[in-house]
Amino acid sequence: MNEQVLIRVMVQLLVPFIFLFGVYVIMHGELGPGGGFQGGVILAAGYILYALVHGTDAGKRAFPTRLSDALNSVGVLIYGGVGMATVLLGGAYLDYDMLNPADPPAGQTLGIILVEIGVGITVSAVMITLFNELARAVRR
Amino acid sequence: MTTLLIDVFLLLLLVITAIGAVAVRSLLAATLLLAIYSLLMALVWVSLQAVDVAFTEAAVGGGISTVLLIATLVFIGRREAPAPLIHWPSAAAVVITGAVLIYGTLDMPRFGDPQAPPHQHVAPHYIAHAMEETRVPNFVTAVLASYRGYDTLFETAVIYTAGLGLILLLRGARARRRERRR
Repeated sequence: MNEQVLIRVMVQLLVPFIFLFGVYVIMHGELGPGGGFQGGVILAAGYILYALVHGTDAGKRAFPTRLSDALNSVGVLIYGGVGMATVLLGGAYLDYDMLNPADPPAGQTLGIILVEIGVGITVSAVMITLFNELARAVRR
Repeated sequence: MTTLLIDVFLLLLLVITAIGAVAVRSLLAATLLLAIYSLLMALVWVSLQAVDVAFTEAAVGGGISTVLLIATLVFIGRREAPAPLIHWPSAAAVVITGAVLIYGTLDMPRFGDPQAPPHQHVAPHYIAHAMEETRVPNFVTAVLASYRGYDTLFETAVIYTAGLGLILLLRGARARRRERRR
């Protein structure tokens, strides 16, 4: 265990910044390079780094399987939900103009940010699920 | 000139890494070579000024898929079964396909040619109007999430399905095994 102290401390320091960067990439997809997909993968990479060093049990304590299972669907639901919302507001499916009829470009920006968040949630949850399931299968 | 040198250098490294990944017998080494391949590819995308694609390539190819491939290696062992270095029918298929593909590139428009057919369809509209229509400065994101919103919705659904399938297969198999033991 002793030789792992350095790794553990470094991971402890790095992981919060990796998460911060992942959220930044998701939220700033409309301003610079990146978006939901890349940000989601970075979030998952932060979790995987943590679980690799501290063990998958610690990883699951920090981020329970039930939560990641639920978030798998939540992201797609957000994306599809934005589409349904624009239909209910009288537009076509995923016609973001309807989110703010007085100022269509603002509606577009809002819609794009919302669906990017949805993509980010699903991608990160699925990547974490992939890792957890493979790790658990390997351990047996 | 400098860009040309960098491109040639990167592409040479890419070819060397690809040959190495195929030739090496240790699957772990091959996986790591593929990760290097992805990082080099990300640099090529940056050189082509496609930073969004470069970002994805580095995060997915260099990061996540490497971890998942290594996890898979734990199941299947890290040594490739011994096989002759050159399998002639496959080599013939690869050479013929490669020759056809290279012949196809001869007809392709020059790189960055604004008169090229792909740049004549909807792209000019996106470039000229994405900012005023969506107020999103990165029009790659505007195209992905708004103009091509259906594509991205179903890409997300594909990823979701992959996660769901893995849960059903691996977790389901575990539950069945536990059931049988009882």
